[in-house]
Amino acid sequence: MSTDNADDNSRRDFLQMTGAAFGAVGAVSFAAPLINSLNPAKDTLALATTEVDVSSIPVGEAKTVMWRGKPVFIKHRTPEEIEEARSVEISALPDKQADEERVQKPEWLVVIGICTHLGCVPTGQKQSDAHGDYDGWFCPCHGSHYDTSARIRKGPAPKNLQVPPYEFISDTVIKIG
Amino acid sequence: MGSGQREQFDNPVIEWVDSRLPVFTMMQREYGVFPTPRNFNYFWNFGAIAMIMLVLMIVTGIVLAMHYTADVTKSFDAVERIMREVNGGWLIRYMHMNGASFFFIAVYIHIFRGMYYGSFKKPRELLWILGVVIFLLMMATAFIGYVLPWGQMSLWGATVITNLFSAIPLVGDSIVTLLWGGFSVDNPTLTRFFALHYLLPFVIFAVVFLHVWALHVTGSNNPLGIDTKGPQDTLPFHPYYTMKDTFGVLVFLLFFVLVTFYAPNMLGHPDNYIPADPLVTPAHIVPEWYFLPFYAILRAITFDIGVPFTEIVIISAKLGGVIAMFGAIALWFVLPWLDTHPIRSARFRPLFRTFFLILVADFIFLGYIGSQSADATLFGIPLSYMGLAATAYYFIFFIAILPWLSRNEKGRDLPTSIHEAVLEQKKSKSEMSPEAAE
Amino acid sequence: MTKRLILSLAVLPLLMMIAPSAQAAGDQKAAPHQHWHFKGPFGTYDRDALQRGYLVYRQVCAACHSMKRVAFRNLEDLGYNEAQIKAIASEYTVTDGPDEEGEMFDRPARPSDYFPSPFPNKNAAKYANGGAYPPDLSLITKARHHGADYVYALLTGYKEPPADKKLLDGQYYNPYMAGHVIAMAPPLSDGMVAYSDESPMTTEQYARDVAEFLTWAAEPEMESRKKIGLQVLLFLAVFAAIMYGIKKKIWADVH
Repeated sequence: MSTDNADDNSRRDFLQMTGAAFGAVGAVSFAAPLINSLNPAKDTLALATTEVDVSSIPVGEAKTVMWRGKPVFIKHRTPEEIEEARSVEISALPDKQADEERVQKPEWLVVIGICTHLGCVPTGQKQSDAHGDYDGWFCPCHGSHYDTSARIRKGPAPKNLQVPPYEFISDTVIKIG
Repeated sequence: MGSGQREQFDNPVIEWVDSRLPVFTMMQREYGVFPTPRNFNYFWNFGAIAMIMLVLMIVTGIVLAMHYTADVTKSFDAVERIMREVNGGWLIRYMHMNGASFFFIAVYIHIFRGMYYGSFKKPRELLWILGVVIFLLMMATAFIGYVLPWGQMSLWGATVITNLFSAIPLVGDSIVTLLWGGFSVDNPTLTRFFALHYLLPFVIFAVVFLHVWALHVTGSNNPLGIDTKGPQDTLPFHPYYTMKDTFGVLVFLLFFVLVTFYAPNMLGHPDNYIPADPLVTPAHIVPEWYFLPFYAILRAITFDIGVPFTEIVIISAKLGGVIAMFGAIALWFVLPWLDTHPIRSARFRPLFRTFFLILVADFIFLGYIGSQSADATLFGIPLSYMGLAATAYYFIFFIAILPWLSRNEKGRDLPTSIHEAVLEQKKSKSEMSPEAAE
Repeated sequence: MTKRLILSLAVLPLLMMIAPSAQAAGDQKAAPHQHWHFKGPFGTYDRDALQRGYLVYRQVCAACHSMKRVAFRNLEDLGYNEAQIKAIASEYTVTDGPDEEGEMFDRPARPSDYFPSPFPNKNAAKYANGGAYPPDLSLITKARHHGADYVYALLTGYKEPPADKKLLDGQYYNPYMAGHVIAMAPPLSDGMVAYSDESPMTTEQYARDVAEFLTWAAEPEMESRKKIGLQVLLFLAVFAAIMYGIKKKIWADVH
C-alpha cells in the first residue's frame, strides 16, 4: 500500500462519492422516460372532446355518451326533478353543493357516470332502472344513492358525481371537454 | 450455494436476512472478495457490458410491449404510434432497436476474445458451451424481434428464414407450416413470435446465470492463459474489477448513445419503414448486420452434392446451405475438442494467432459478402466465388487447422506465474518511462 | 500484437455499418447530397421551409399521396399557433360516425384529426392512378436511403428517356427511380405554388422545401432527440472520466 497519506484517501472518497452520485442520477434519468411513457400519450390527450346532439332526448329521459373512455350521463330533467334538487337543505348534504352550481341550464344535468366510491357505473339512466332512495342514481356495487342533481345522499361514496367541463355550442349541441 | 460458512455482517438487518437466506454471503463471495486474475485487459470488460445490454433490452422491451399490439393490421401502426404519440416512445424504441446491435457487438467481441485466449479450454468447456447456447438464443430472439414491427423486411426476412426449415428432407414443409400456423407468414406467426420474443430473453437470463455460475466454479481465464497459483496472482473482484467494468460499460454506452441519438437508423434497413405487403418482395432482402456472416455462408452453397457422373442428388444446394449455416455455429459447440493444444493464450502460439486473425478477417469479409446482392462483384470477381472461398476457410480453420495445430504447434515458453509476468511488464515499462513509476 | 487484434475487431462493426448503404443503389442513380438545415448533430428544421413545404404538399402532393400518421395538431412544430391550426383543420372535411342512426357523417376536421387521405383505400388509390400506388408520405424519407436527398433528386430529376427506352402511356423517365420508370408525372413546375415570402417560386425550391417538410413528418422527434442526445453524451463522458479516476486510484495500489 503506497497511498497511506490522508490527502489521497480523501480524494478517493470524494471521487467515489461523485461516482456514486452520477450512477444514481444516471439510473433515475434512465428510468424516468420509461415510466413517463406510461402516462397518456399525445393522441390520447388530443382526443379530449366529444360533441353530443341532445335534441333527441325527451324530457325525463337520459343518454349515456363516452368521453375519454368514461360514460357521461346527460339527463333531460323534468320540472319536478329540478324542484326536488333545488329544495334540499344544502347543509344537510355530505358533499355540499347547490344544484345551480352543477348545471348550466336547469333542465340539462351533465355528469360523469362513475361512482365516486370505487368507480362502478351507477344505474338510473333508464326509467326501469333502480334510482335509489333519492330518485336519481343508485350504485349497485356498494349501495350509494344519488339524487336528481347526482349528489351523494346515502352510502359510502364521498363525493357527488363529477361534472365534466362542457359547453353548449348551440341550443341543442353540447361539447364535452 | 447456500452451504458452508456464512460471512458475518455488522448491519443487523443484513445479518438477520443473511442468516435466513445467505444472499449477502453469496454476493460477498461471488462479487466482493471473489479472487480474479490481476492481469485482465479491457477485452475482459465485455462480459459485464453484455450483461448490462441484456438488462437494457429486457427493461426497454417490457415497456415497449405495453404499447405494442401484435396484429398484422395494427402492428406497424402501433410501432409508429410509439414513435410519435407515446411520451418518449421514440427514445425507448430506438434504444431497443440499437441496443440489439450493441448487444451483439459486445457478445461478438466476448466470443472472439474467448477464442483468442483459449477461454473455452479445459476446464471451461461447459462454460463455453453455455455461452454458445446464449448466442443461439440471442439470434433467435433478435430474429423474431425484427418481425414485430411488421415492415417489409420483417415479413420477408421471416419468410426467407423460416423457409430454411423446408430444406429438411421429408418433414421440412410440415415444420414450416407448423412454424407459420398457416400457409404463409401471417397473423398467427406474428402473435406467436411476439409471445416468444417476450419469453426468450428470460430464458437467456437463466442461461446467463448458469454461465456465470460455471465461471465462478472454474474462475476466470486471463490474457496469459495460465492458471492462478495463489493470492499473489489475484485481486478481489470488488473494487478492482467492479470499478474497471463500470468504466468500460460507460465507454461502451458512449458509442451506443452516439448511434441511438444521432444515427438511430444507420444499422437498420429503410424497407422496414414500409408496411409489410405480402404481394411485393423488396429488391434486396438483407438480414440484420449481426446475421450477415452466417447469411453469406448460407448463400455460398449454390451447388448440389451428389454421386459424380449421375443425376443423383444427395444434398441439394438448398439443404447444403442450411447445413453449412447451422454447421458454422455448431462447430463452436465442439471447439474445446477441436483445439486441444495445451497452451490456452494465442500470445504464446504465433501460428494459431496468425490463422485466428485471418479467421476474424474472414468472418468480417463474410459479413460484407452477406450484405451485398447475390450477383455483386468485387474487383471484377463475382462475390459468390469469394463467398465460397471465405466459407471454405472458415470450415478448414475449425475442422483441419485447429486439430493440426493442436498436435504440431510448438508454442512459446509460458511465464511461471501471473504475478511474475505482471512484475516483469511493470519493470520493462518503468525502464522505458521512469516518471510512470510511482 | 493485441493492438492489431483490437483493430481488426473494431473494424467488424464499422464495416457492417457501411455495408448496407453500399448495396442500396441497385440500378438507381445515387441521389447527390444536398445541404439541409437539419443535417448534423446540431441541425434543426427551418420553420419557414417547413411551412412552405407543407404548402407544396397540400397543394400538389396531397392530391394523390396520403399522410395519415400526421395530425393537424402536429403542425404546431411548424410554428403555427393553436388558432391557426384550428383554422387549417377546419378547411378539411373528415368522415366521422356512426351517429345514432348508424350513418357516417361529414364534419370539419379538428386539430386532433389526422390528415385525411385522398383515397378511401389502397385499391381505390391504385385504380385512380393507373395501377400505381402513390405511397403514404408520412415515413417516406425514412423508407428510402438518404431520404431527403432522394426526394429532392426524384422531384427535380425527370429527363427525356434515352432513345432505346420505350415508355408506355402514363410512364415517365426518372433515373433516381428504381427501374428508371415512374408512374408519377413531373409534379412540380415553376410558379405553381404561390409563396408569401421572398423564396423563389421554382421547381428546385419547391422540391427542397417539401423534402424538408417530409423529413419532419417522418422524424418529428429529431430536434429533441439531438438535444437530449447531447446531454446524455456529456453526462456519460463526465461519468466515464470520474470512473476512470476512481479505477486508476484503486489500481495504483496494485504492485
